[in-house]
Amino acid sequence: MQEKKVSLTKSDRLRVAWRSTFIQGSWNYERMQNGGWCYSMIPAINKLYKKKEDRIAAYQRHLEFFNTHPYVASPVIGVTLALEEERANGAPVDDVAIQGVKVGMMGPLAGVGDPVFWYTVRPIVGALGASLALSGNILGPILFFVIWNIIRWGFMWYTQEFGYRAGSKITEDLSGGLLQSVTRVASMMGMFVIAALIERWVTIKFTPVVSKITQQAGAYIDWDKLPKGAKGIQSALQQQASGLSLTKVKVTTLQDNLDSLIPGLVPLLLTFLCMWLLKKKVSPIVIIIGIFVVGVVGHVVGLL
Amino acid sequence: MSAISMILVVIVAFFAGMEGILDEFQFHQPLVSCTLIGLVTGHLTLGIMLGGSLQMIALGWANIGAAVAPDIALAATASAIILIQGGQGTHGLGSAIAFAIPLAVAGLFLTMIVRTITVAIVHFMDAAAAQGNSRMIDFWQVVCICLQGLRIAIPAALLLIIPASSVRDMLSAMPSWLNEGMTIGGGMVVAVGYAMVINMMASREVWPFFAIGFVVAAISDLTLIAIGAIGLSLALMYLQLDKGGSGNSGNGGNSNTGDPLGDILDDY
Repeated sequence: MQEKKVSLTKSDRLRVAWRSTFIQGSWNYERMQNGGWCYSMIPAINKLYKKKEDRIAAYQRHLEFFNTHPYVASPVIGVTLALEEERANGAPVDDVAIQGVKVGMMGPLAGVGDPVFWYTVRPIVGALGASLALSGNILGPILFFVIWNIIRWGFMWYTQEFGYRAGSKITEDLSGGLLQSVTRVASMMGMFVIAALIERWVTIKFTPVVSKITQQAGAYIDWDKLPKGAKGIQSALQQQASGLSLTKVKVTTLQDNLDSLIPGLVPLLLTFLCMWLLKKKVSPIVIIIGIFVVGVVGHVVGLL
Repeated sequence: MSAISMILVVIVAFFAGMEGILDEFQFHQPLVSCTLIGLVTGHLTLGIMLGGSLQMIALGWANIGAAVAPDIALAATASAIILIQGGQGTHGLGSAIAFAIPLAVAGLFLTMIVRTITVAIVHFMDAAAAQGNSRMIDFWQVVCICLQGLRIAIPAALLLIIPASSVRDMLSAMPSWLNEGMTIGGGMVVAVGYAMVINMMASREVWPFFAIGFVVAAISDLTLIAIGAIGLSLALMYLQLDKGGSGNSGNGGNSNTGDPLGDILDDY
């Protein structure tokens, strides 16, 4: 007796993809993303299995431990959908095979998701939005929200479909170097941009005055000798444009000296210090509080 | 603040709490949540500016492995409420950011509580699964998500109950040296997030990219988009050359970069 072949339509797969948005919703210390995973699979399970005991078995096998990066769960879901579909049509796919695919994929994929999304895309898109937002520009938050969600949805839907089509063969495809390349490009680009962000956005200004030099006549604008009225302003601006100093006394702060070495040197050193402390297993929270204390004390003393 | 604004703020906080765990739409990121709170309270520009400042600090914060990042969802919503209730305008940004940091730590604790409660709920899911009742599994999943939403919505509601005048008194009681010092600290604390990111990504291969990025950033004509484009192009070129040059060795070319600075930094 040959049963009619059941298969998942595009709308079934879309429903699974939408539900997988909430995969972390029941994140718990015992089996991590298991609840969200099962929640995502439910439309597919109910479509594929008509007998109650089959459904029960399916719900239970998808409540097993699962944890990966929430977006790269999508290709795993795709592969699992393909396997469940085969199984529902009578292919000999057992629980061990399905669980094996899930566990086998979640580790390596999490290793791709974290550097790509949390450490490259989000800092870059976030910094882009934040730099606009600092001046109160509404485009900042809008750009961040729209760009991020387009990337996220595009990735989740495309990779779930990719996994569904490739089925269990995907493990071979993925180990073929594609994943490695993506991760490498992401970490190279990420490091490049992070370095730029350190230079631009970590602000430390040392205020102590290193030197006060009274400049020679002719090196500064002599305000007493300017013509009166608008002509005076014109003349002053011309003189400034030609490189004359605005004041008679040239004040050099410690910060000016450091900037002439290389701009952003102190922020760079501070970042290295934080990296070293983090490697020494100092909690980031302790470091953050410590930096605020340094900021306040430094300001009171007059250093910052 | 009007009753409608208050309700809307609590709703925004609820979304931020949900997203704090889902990490999908990014409603919990300060850039989004502070802006929304600013919008519903009629202080849009102020909300955007706070969001931008906090976003800069939290850029590298992500929960991976042993390094648990502070909880940005509570920090963003609560400090936005304090900033708006305080009524100091842009002048209050420094102290609002200063309040955000301890709140981010407190938020971590709340997350831990909810994640522990969720262990029990997952067992209810098991029971529902054994009966073949998928509706109940769905139901418990929604309950869990709502719990995460309440994690931020309840503290936000409590903050709103405090009369604006007391918030104002508290903020004005802060001496200016503390306020200014906190602002300076806020400028430096950004480095912690970047350090976390670098620690996760750094390998011998990528340090030269770091060095170039740092130097190129000093050219202030380049926007962030331009810097991103340069970075991506360099990375793609490198990958192409690496593939072409070393044939199919394919193991990341980590020994042939010949970069002494990278070696030193790596050992460091």
